[in-house]
Amino acid sequence: MSTTSLQGGFDTPPKQSALAFRAALSTMARPGNIETLSGGNAPTPVSEAAATLLLTLCDQETPIYLAPSHDRPALREWIAFHIGAPFVAASSALFALGTWDTLQLTEFPTGTPEYPDRSTTLIVELETLTTTGPRLTGPGIKDHAYLSLPDVAAFQQNNALFPMGLDFYFTAGVQLAALPRSTKVEAN
Amino acid sequence: MSDYNFAYLDEQTKRMIRRAILKGVAIPGYQVPFASREMPMPYGWGTGGVQVTAACLTPDDTLKVIDQGADDTTNAVSIRKFFENTADVAVTGQTSEASIIQTRHRIPEHPLTEDQILVYQVPIPEPLRFLEPRETETRKMHALEEYGLMHVKLYEDIARHGHIATAYAYPVKVEDRYVMDPSPIPKFDNPKLESPAIQLFGAGREQRIYAVPPFTKVVSLDFEDHPFEPARAEHECDLCGADHTYLDEVIIDDNGGRMFVCSDTDYCETRQSAGHRGKFSPKENAA
Repeated sequence: MSTTSLQGGFDTPPKQSALAFRAALSTMARPGNIETLSGGNAPTPVSEAAATLLLTLCDQETPIYLAPSHDRPALREWIAFHIGAPFVAASSALFALGTWDTLQLTEFPTGTPEYPDRSTTLIVELETLTTTGPRLTGPGIKDHAYLSLPDVAAFQQNNALFPMGLDFYFTAGVQLAALPRSTKVEAN
Repeated sequence: MSDYNFAYLDEQTKRMIRRAILKGVAIPGYQVPFASREMPMPYGWGTGGVQVTAACLTPDDTLKVIDQGADDTTNAVSIRKFFENTADVAVTGQTSEASIIQTRHRIPEHPLTEDQILVYQVPIPEPLRFLEPRETETRKMHALEEYGLMHVKLYEDIARHGHIATAYAYPVKVEDRYVMDPSPIPKFDNPKLESPAIQLFGAGREQRIYAVPPFTKVVSLDFEDHPFEPARAEHECDLCGADHTYLDEVIIDDNGGRMFVCSDTDYCETRQSAGHRGKFSPKENAA
C-alpha cells in the first residue's frame, strides 16, 4: 500500500460529511442544480466532488463497482483504507463510479417493484457540468431546468422504469449535479 | 470537548440514514426501509424525525422544532434542547429564520422557502395499514398501484357520514404514483404539501423514511362529486384575529367557555406584535 492512499480523507468527518450530504440532498431534490462539493481527495482520475461523495455516502455496507476508467490499484487502495467498501460486479453494486462511456447501464440493478430503492446510484465523471443542454421536468423542478447530460435516450428509458430505475450523480472537478429516476428528460 | 458525536448519531448510522433519504427523494412518496436506531426518547416522541434531523443537520443550521404548531410544548422543547446539547446548533422559534424545521403534526402557516427542510415525525407511515395489516400485502399493493381499497374507505365515509370524515392524516397521491400518509397533519395543511421546501418524513418505530421533493405534485384523494376541502374551525383567532389559520379550541372555564387560538404559536405572536388583535387580547395600556 502506498502512503498516498492514506491521505485525502476528511479532517473533521462529522461536519464535513454533514455539509457534503446537504449538497448531495440539495442536488438530488432539485435536478439541474449544480452545487460545489470539496474536501475529499482520491487518486486520479477521481474528481474532488466524486471523492467527497464517496466519503460521505459509502462505507463497508455499500458494495462499489468501479468502471474500467476508474478501476486502478491506487483507487482501490484509497477506497479500502478510507471507506472499506467491497468491490463487486455491476450487477450487485449499490454505488458505481466511472465515466459515461465505461458504465454499461443495463448491468446495474434497478430495484424491484416492491423495493424500488434497491437500485444502484451511479457517480458519473464528466469533463464539464453546466446548466445547459437537455430539458428537465418533474419532482424538484419548478417549471423546467437544463443540465449538460451526456445522453438523452438512456435517461428517458431509465425514467420509463419509474418507480424502478437508477439514480445519477454527475461530477466535474468540485461540481456536483444529480438526476433521479423521477426526472423527465427531453432533447433541447 | 463535546461528549457526543456531532448530532448524536455515529457516522455510519448517519450514512445509512442519508442513503435512505436520497432514495426517498428519488422516489417521491415511496417508503424506504431503514435501520432505525433506539434514541434517548420513547417511540412516539419523534424518534424517526430526530434521526432524519440528525442526519441532515450541519453546524451552520438554525433549527426550529414544533409540536402541533407550538414551539413551547414538551416534545418541541425536549427535541430542541437535545440538538442544542448534541449538535450545538442555533435554534429559533421563527419559521422564516429556520433552515431545518422538525414538526409534529403541522405545517407552519408562514410559507416555506427553497432554503428550508421540513422534517415530519410520523407514527404510522403506511396509509393502507388500517385497511390491510399485512406488510407483505401493502407492499404488493404499492408495487401494483392498487389503491382501490383506499377509495372504498373514503366512499364508506361518505355513505356513513355524508362527507369524507377523515380530518387528519388525509391520504395523498404523490406525483400520480404513490399514495402517501402525510403524517397526522390536519387536512387543512394538505394543500401546503406542494412546497418549495424539501419535505422529509421519518418513522422511527416503523423504520421508514420517505420524502416529497420541492414542487412535487401532491393531490389529496377525493371524488368528483365530493371534492377535497381543507377544513378549519369557523372562527377567528381570539388572540390575533386571523381568519385564515388552523385553530385550536381551548376550554377556559367550567361553564363551557372556550376560545380559539392559532395552533401555530410563532405565526400568532408575529401577528400580535404587528398589531393584530382578537377578541380576548388584553386591552392596550393607555400610555
